[in-house]
Amino acid sequence: MLRMRPFEVVRPTTVEAAVAALIQHGPGAVPIAGGTDLLPNLKHELLGPSHLVALGGIPELFGISRGADGGLRIGAMTPLDEIAASELVRGEAAVLAQAAGLVAGPQLRRMGTLGGNVMLDTRCQWYNQTYFWRSALGFCMKKDGTVCHVVKGGSKCVAAASNDSAPALTVLGAELEFAGPAGSRRVPIQELWRADGIHNKKVESGEILVAAHLPPQPKGRRSAYGKLRERGSIDYPLFGVAVRFDLDPRGAFSDVQGAVVALAARPLELKGLAELFAGLSPEHPDFEAAVEAAGQAAYKQCHPLANIPGDAAYRRRMVPVYVKRTLRAAARGQGPVHHV
Amino acid sequence: MAARDQHGKSAPWSPTPGGEPQFQVVGTAQRKVDGLAKATGQALYTDDIRLPGMLHAKILRSPHAHARIRSIDCSAALALPGVHAVLTGASMPIKYGVIPWTPDENALAVDKVRFIGDEVAAVAAVDEETANEALKRIRVDYEVLPAVFAPEEALTRTDVQIHENPEKPGRGNLSKHVRLEFGDVEQGFASADVVVEGRYRFHGTTHAPIEPHCAVAQVAPDGVLTLWSATQITHYVHRALARVLELPESQIRVIQPALGGAFGGKSDPFALEFCVAKLALVTGRPVKMLWTREEVFYAHRGRHPMQLAYKTGIKRDGRLTAVDAKILIDGGAYSSFGLVTTYYSGQLLTGPYDFPAYRYDSTRVFTNKPPCGPKRGHGSVQPRFAFEVQLDELCERIGMDPIEVRRRNWHGENTQTVNGQRITSSGFLQCLEAVERASGWKQRRGRLPFGRGLGVAGSMYISGTNYPIYPNKMPQAGIQLKVDRSGLVMAFTGGNDIGQGSSTLVRSIVAEELGLDPRDVRVLAADTDLCPVDLGAYSSRVTFMVGNATIDAARKLRRLIQGAVADSWQVSPQRVFMGRGEVFDLEDRSRRISTREAFHIAEERHDTLGSTGSYNTPTLGGDYRGGTIGASPAYSFTAHAVEVQVDTETGRIRVENCWIAHDCGRAINPMLVAGQMEGSAYMGIAEALMEEHDINRHGLHAGPSLLDYRIPTSVDTPELHALIVESLDPEGPYGAKEAGEGPLHPALPAISNAVFDAVGIRLRELPFSPGKVLDLLEQRAASSPSGRLHRTPSALEEARP
Repeated sequence: MLRMRPFEVVRPTTVEAAVAALIQHGPGAVPIAGGTDLLPNLKHELLGPSHLVALGGIPELFGISRGADGGLRIGAMTPLDEIAASELVRGEAAVLAQAAGLVAGPQLRRMGTLGGNVMLDTRCQWYNQTYFWRSALGFCMKKDGTVCHVVKGGSKCVAAASNDSAPALTVLGAELEFAGPAGSRRVPIQELWRADGIHNKKVESGEILVAAHLPPQPKGRRSAYGKLRERGSIDYPLFGVAVRFDLDPRGAFSDVQGAVVALAARPLELKGLAELFAGLSPEHPDFEAAVEAAGQAAYKQCHPLANIPGDAAYRRRMVPVYVKRTLRAAARGQGPVHHV
Repeated sequence: MAARDQHGKSAPWSPTPGGEPQFQVVGTAQRKVDGLAKATGQALYTDDIRLPGMLHAKILRSPHAHARIRSIDCSAALALPGVHAVLTGASMPIKYGVIPWTPDENALAVDKVRFIGDEVAAVAAVDEETANEALKRIRVDYEVLPAVFAPEEALTRTDVQIHENPEKPGRGNLSKHVRLEFGDVEQGFASADVVVEGRYRFHGTTHAPIEPHCAVAQVAPDGVLTLWSATQITHYVHRALARVLELPESQIRVIQPALGGAFGGKSDPFALEFCVAKLALVTGRPVKMLWTREEVFYAHRGRHPMQLAYKTGIKRDGRLTAVDAKILIDGGAYSSFGLVTTYYSGQLLTGPYDFPAYRYDSTRVFTNKPPCGPKRGHGSVQPRFAFEVQLDELCERIGMDPIEVRRRNWHGENTQTVNGQRITSSGFLQCLEAVERASGWKQRRGRLPFGRGLGVAGSMYISGTNYPIYPNKMPQAGIQLKVDRSGLVMAFTGGNDIGQGSSTLVRSIVAEELGLDPRDVRVLAADTDLCPVDLGAYSSRVTFMVGNATIDAARKLRRLIQGAVADSWQVSPQRVFMGRGEVFDLEDRSRRISTREAFHIAEERHDTLGSTGSYNTPTLGGDYRGGTIGASPAYSFTAHAVEVQVDTETGRIRVENCWIAHDCGRAINPMLVAGQMEGSAYMGIAEALMEEHDINRHGLHAGPSLLDYRIPTSVDTPELHALIVESLDPEGPYGAKEAGEGPLHPALPAISNAVFDAVGIRLRELPFSPGKVLDLLEQRAASSPSGRLHRTPSALEEARP
């Protein structure tokens, strides 16, 4: 078995104590939620913390509740399988329940949390490997090295955002609540990301994710998640797409939004969907033509790189297929789009 | 003792006019002897062994695909507190190899490393962390050499010599070449109505057992070295240890604890076994080494990548006329079983169909990659894939049903193949019938909606061979029985139970022969001090050979006991019957005693009770060099029908159903036979659709983890339908043959053939990744005049003239 280097575990019971522990132990302190991604990364020596700040003993990080604004508050430590099974989430935010239900496999969804998935490190076939493997390669710019093996001569890391929850939260207009040394702040999820695979999130040191806040979801909202992966379980996305339609009282689309993940360092919002579907309804004769056009637009916009394992050319070919299937599923209030 | 000498020409289990013989245990579902222990966590695997004072060892591996070692400086590692010893190749310079003719491996690299992951040095320390830290302090000065990864390139590059061969520098990186020809191949093609040629590719896959390799060694004060190892062939490890460590075999004891899967991947002697043994000798303390999952991928010995060119002729009546094969085999860095693989790639194709003429030309080359070796269906899964897909193309060309063509070419029973292999029983026709019926073939094939299809394929496999790896005339399987006054019979077998159920088999047979409740038989396996030699779990030899040896020993014991009881009762021994835990007089059923009492009577008269039994193969094989390789005392036969659904937008193939009909001779334990059939088919489907042992452009394994090396999960696994066929082999134990490897073969070509039925494309290269399927669908659409993909009446006609 791969061994981890020794570290201390700090077990705070309040958010304030967790933030204090992160500040106290400095850059060597790393928060741990479910650990399903962090522990393999420790074994691969992708990071070597002196302290793990365990968030599992902080009650306010858990649970799904109704916010004061009528939206949903989902604590960062809420397990993914709880989100997938939650009647509240399934009813008001189907795309999030579907995405959470397609993360990894059952055991990992029990341990893995929403916060852990949002804050997931980017992934790359040249990075998520053991120290020995990376040393034989000569390392890469994301860790211990200087070059990029995905883009020859590339100056910027293109490791892939691989969190299924990110596009789902994006189309739902979620805000993320962070706690840090300067207190609490809320940031729309779209503003979290940076196009840099080494650190793809704008987070200050000492900050932890406390909760995701979903604004009140309008009546007539339909959403779905589509996930391409090799197996029917366990695997990270080779491509993920979240779609949300809003229908006006007459049953016509008033707004459409889509977001995708597992391309490059940050999740992307699909462009121009609202225009394509304006005035249409799921039953409109031109609906299918709009779906086709949306698929082609996504194909033009999305360029999967050979960062994560698998055939990048095939992933590109699947962009329009999964975007179209997910649009159709969402418009009909169905989903998820997944091969099993 | 050969089975025919033992049982006479008419085996006692041959069906008689009076009907089937009555069995008490044989033919019934028996739980595995270790099933509950494994399910409840009580089973002790090698890594569960913790000995007082035990050290932990780790291996330093080469980061270069090909390099010369100029020097190794271990001083900083040795200086680290907690480090007890460091070994390098100089500590164990004697080469070994599982095949005695090709000893090209060292426990640790001497002078050169040949792939990324090749073993260079080993450290024993107080714990794994200290050993890992010590590895980082070993300084190796490498002179990096050019590396070759493509087999075509390896064949032509004489400037890169992975294994130096000063006597024959022109051999380049050739590992083994075999060219054999049987019958008149050219005449065969000349007489054919249709000849099809095609190129096929097998990509390379690995075993992925759940348990990684692990070994523990201890040296007793008297100098006896004990090695516990997760191996599937205790006997060869025993021999190799003696050779490399220069110790007498009598001073070494090898034990295989409970094993978490092997599939061929634990057949070779491995570096960790030599290293823990040597480290235990050097330090005087017990030493353990457990490999990581990544290290298992470097140890590999998985299925060889092959490029296969086939040419096959057929007559309009469906009869094959000739087969010609040319195969390039990518061996990786060492020989391992490669000599046998090269022969198997040709030798095992000659059934269940009759080839009037056959030629194969197989070349194995070395490349700077983890070494390939035997994986379930060793050497024959790749050619079987190519041939069965080509056969489907021939069926299409002559417009004949694929099952019918396979039926017409069946070689029959009690016959000989074109390359001189003796065929005894063959239930292949029943296998074809079973899958034809179960799949609804006649009503559904060719008539399903576009995107859904049915395919079939057949195969043959060995039940062990008469080639004993190292030349000797001693039995291939030996067993010893010891009778206890408590009524317990203890069986000592060298057979390795690797999860396939060999110890359960032994228990069932002893219970059957002595009329005992199986719970009154216990089995101790795979301990070289306690058990007679058995050649281990490979080549699907265990049921046939260990089974026959067990019958031999149990019958000797039965005769002894029957004789003693007959003597005591003053009746003839024929009247004494042992069954259901009792011994009684067949002519006076009131005279009965328990088996335990019978044991006492026999022990009074004969002294301490026990017996030995053995099995050896009869003389088999063709009279030519290599003719004994692949010569088996009995062959198993399999047919699969597979139903697929192809998503033409994503290219993804979903196997909906796999019907597996397998002729195992007799199902001694139908539950275990069905389990082996399902497990085999699962593995074949996995290799067809997902698994890929891929080495990237740097010579690095593309993803040496169970996250990136994708084996199907339960939700990816189709419905598997095991249909057992029993042909009652005249020499097998109760007529039994193998069931653990044969049922894998047809899965791969049957899927390809089903995809053709579904969407009209021929998948000739593995794995059947969705991108490949899309490419072929696009090519087909572009080449069809209408540009349409959908199955229309005219397209149907086009596909089936």
